[in-house]
Amino acid sequence: MERTPLGFLLVALGGFVGAVTRYGIDVAVGDVTGAGTLLANVLGSFTLGLLLTRTARHRTRLFVGTGALSSFTTYSTFVGDAVTLGTTVGAAYVAASYAAGFAAAAAGLFVGGRL
Amino acid sequence: MTDPLLAAALVGLGGSVGAVGRHAVGLRIEGRRSVLTVNALGSLALGALLAAPIGSEATLLAAVGFCGAFTTFSSFAVETVSTAADGEGRIAAGFAAANLAAALLAFLGGAAVVGALA
Repeated sequence: MERTPLGFLLVALGGFVGAVTRYGIDVAVGDVTGAGTLLANVLGSFTLGLLLTRTARHRTRLFVGTGALSSFTTYSTFVGDAVTLGTTVGAAYVAASYAAGFAAAAAGLFVGGRL
Repeated sequence: MTDPLLAAALVGLGGSVGAVGRHAVGLRIEGRRSVLTVNALGSLALGALLAAPIGSEATLLAAVGFCGAFTTFSSFAVETVSTAADGEGRIAAGFAAANLAAALLAFLGGAAVVGALA
């Protein structure tokens, strides 16, 4: 299933939605370096934890998880923003992103497991 | 300034290609290694792109869309937390540190190489 054209199509469609939504948050948040990325990464980590505990349906996981949520969140822009912020603020940004992202993923997994 | 609809289309198109590329890597490499691979490669590409004299349309397509979607924070966070929850705290901490170190070095390396060429 994973390697079928349908699987790739679901990932591509989800990737479109996820990337555009991340860009929309960036535009809405405005010029604060890293703020939109942090928000997207935390929201996406929670939702992915939730998704993976709530459904084993392969096509749903490909579209929503591998496609949308994984594209909604980003590591490259996170690192780029940290570099832009400079050593001190950048280090704080990395620490805050890691702490909030891990807490969000754990919360998503926990809540999904309890529902 | 790029037209908002065109901007969204460029980001979405780049995001589709990035997601498919990440999925293709995930089919060849398992779990944590796959996440580390895409995050390092995508950060290398982003560092190179941001140092290159490309226009705003190319930035939206390749940097925001492709690199943004090819790399992932949510899968990284879930992999880290799940590994720690399985009692593999050291592996989880090492994985979290390795992602940061690899992506940071890759980003700076990509920027340095393109900066030297440009």
